Amino acid sequence: MTNGVIHWFRYASPQSFYPLAGRMIPWFATLAALLTAAGLWIGFFVAPTDAQQGESYRIIFVHVPASWMSMFLYVVMAGWAGLGLAFNTRLSAMMAHAIAPTGAMFAFLSLWTGALWGRPTWGTYWVWDARLTSELVLLFLYLGYMALHAAIDDPRRGDRAAAVLALVGVINVPIIYFSVQWWNTLHQGASVSLTRAPSMAATMLTGMLVMALAFWMYSIAAALARVRAIMLEREAHMQWTHELPEAAK
Amino acid sequence: MNAPSSGAVFRGIVRRDLRLAARRRSEPLFTLGFFVVVASLFPLGLGPEPELLRRIAPGVLWVAALLASMLALGRMFAADYEDGTLEQIVLAPSPLVLSVGAKIVAHWLVSGLPLVLVSPLLALQYGLPADVIAHLALSLLVGTPVLSLIGAIAAALTIGVRGAGVLVALLTLPLYVPALVFGAGAVDAKLAGLSAAPNLALLGACLALALLFAPLATATAIRISLE
Amino acid sequence: MLDANDLECLRGTRRLFAGLSFALAPGECLHVHGANGSGKTSLLRILCGLSRPERGTVRWNAEPIDAAGDEYRAALAFCGHANALKEDLTPAENLLAAAALYGTPATEDSARAALDAFGVLHLEALPVRALSQGQKRRVALARLAVCARRLWILDEPLAALDARAAQTLAARLDSHLAQGGLAVLTSHQPIELRAPMRSLALS
Repeated sequence: MTNGVIHWFRYASPQSFYPLAGRMIPWFATLAALLTAAGLWIGFFVAPTDAQQGESYRIIFVHVPASWMSMFLYVVMAGWAGLGLAFNTRLSAMMAHAIAPTGAMFAFLSLWTGALWGRPTWGTYWVWDARLTSELVLLFLYLGYMALHAAIDDPRRGDRAAAVLALVGVINVPIIYFSVQWWNTLHQGASVSLTRAPSMAATMLTGMLVMALAFWMYSIAAALARVRAIMLEREAHMQWTHELPEAAK
Repeated sequence: MNAPSSGAVFRGIVRRDLRLAARRRSEPLFTLGFFVVVASLFPLGLGPEPELLRRIAPGVLWVAALLASMLALGRMFAADYEDGTLEQIVLAPSPLVLSVGAKIVAHWLVSGLPLVLVSPLLALQYGLPADVIAHLALSLLVGTPVLSLIGAIAAALTIGVRGAGVLVALLTLPLYVPALVFGAGAVDAKLAGLSAAPNLALLGACLALALLFAPLATATAIRISLE
Repeated sequence: MLDANDLECLRGTRRLFAGLSFALAPGECLHVHGANGSGKTSLLRILCGLSRPERGTVRWNAEPIDAAGDEYRAALAFCGHANALKEDLTPAENLLAAAALYGTPATEDSARAALDAFGVLHLEALPVRALSQGQKRRVALARLAVCARRLWILDEPLAALDARAAQTLAARLDSHLAQGGLAVLTSHQPIELRAPMRSLALS
């Protein structure tokens, strides 16, 4: 066995992972803050004004990375959920549960910024564009996951049931996305497409990638913080939680 | 003593569920009644103008069928869970996937097929021409099994949970979107004079995928719910 | 041959039992007893394969029941707390459905014979809804007579039974064990069997 393998399995127990997570959070939070600052600077000061949409298009630097993150986090969440189902590890299920609210937040952010973009550009707050509609369905999938987990009293059953739901969702998301695009092309008259974005200048793409990275760092920090709280709650009966410095307060 | 046969288990479950539905005819009739009532409400809300009704008919009828289908999901596993029969099904010497398939088949025969058979009558209310009506029935024939299959997953996940009814709605409606888009789209296409084949083919693909994955997911969910 | 090795069961955060082991040979009956909430039902459900233990294995004929799957379930008959009867069907219809679930469809005659063995044949035309608790329990137990299964796992089979029905069950258990069958049961009330009963106490 290589050192790497032993290393991971040791941290698979909540007791070992708790302090490790605690040490990692400040790093990711700092990275997130720095990258956000950089991304916003690129987005608002460096990237050129768009010929057609003027300054209002700049919200794309939040809208698109938020969309990417919401979809990426769903896949990650489903991955952790699948691991928890396959290997029956408590920590995997807790990680999935910790990611969900952040993913839902990004989905909501994507919808909200999409609406803010739509208003000055197309005159309405909501358009039935393929991306926005898929994002709405994704938000419902997140809410469903959290609602199912909350509705089931037994946390172990809740973990496993929500895991099945996450896996079913992850298979469905591409299908739903495709069907919404199909639906959009069927009804040509209605479409004003936010996806027909201004042609990408290199700086615009860089800005979006930096923001995406920033959101990713933030997500990791948020998930780690949340999973620590979940661990304290779930393992309250175990000895190691009583021995923590926080518990002494 | 004969060796236990999976086929016998499958047929036994379907036969038993159909017999139960025949004894309590009110429940399947409620589903049908809901379908009819909802479909009849839209003209009342929008006005009887024939052109408008014809345009909204595919979407409205599909949504009504979808909602009726979703309401019927509460019946799929709840009763069996409460009287202990679900445990006996899990303990049957047959793959749970097959037994789940039997439950879904019986459920569709009782709650889905009647919707398909009644849809032409409702389509007449909306003034759809005959060939479009035929396509509506066909799209529902292919689509309602998809709804039953996907709904079974949500029903199995929420067995014995408080507020299961509304929760099932929240869980299934996002997953129903592809079936709705392709099903209503097929009828819309026919109404516009185009071929319904692409949409129907995609709906058929959804059915194939659902047949492949839904019983497995449902069986897993049942085991989780019973632990 | 049923054996359990080092079984541990958690309910929420409570440990119900740990390190539980036993071996049951053909012709033997295991009586599990303990206070309310001590985990008797949980143990039986683990033996059936409905729940998974926190630790330990259950083996049937030296094969873990997870791996044995359908083969194990084909040898098992389980009567839980709930009667597993459909209220809208008659006792005979229920037994036929139960036999079908066992994978071995029964004839009308064998169903009626099973009902007769438990003294409820005269109720065969009524829906189960109309029966008393004791009568329902007897119909539930009648499924043991409709299909032959080597291992019987019974959770509180005597609940709601009167003295005569209890004797019928005891007689059935005796003949089952005499033919090389196995049984695991929980019961608050005492059971009189001719065959020797092993005892397992859950604290």
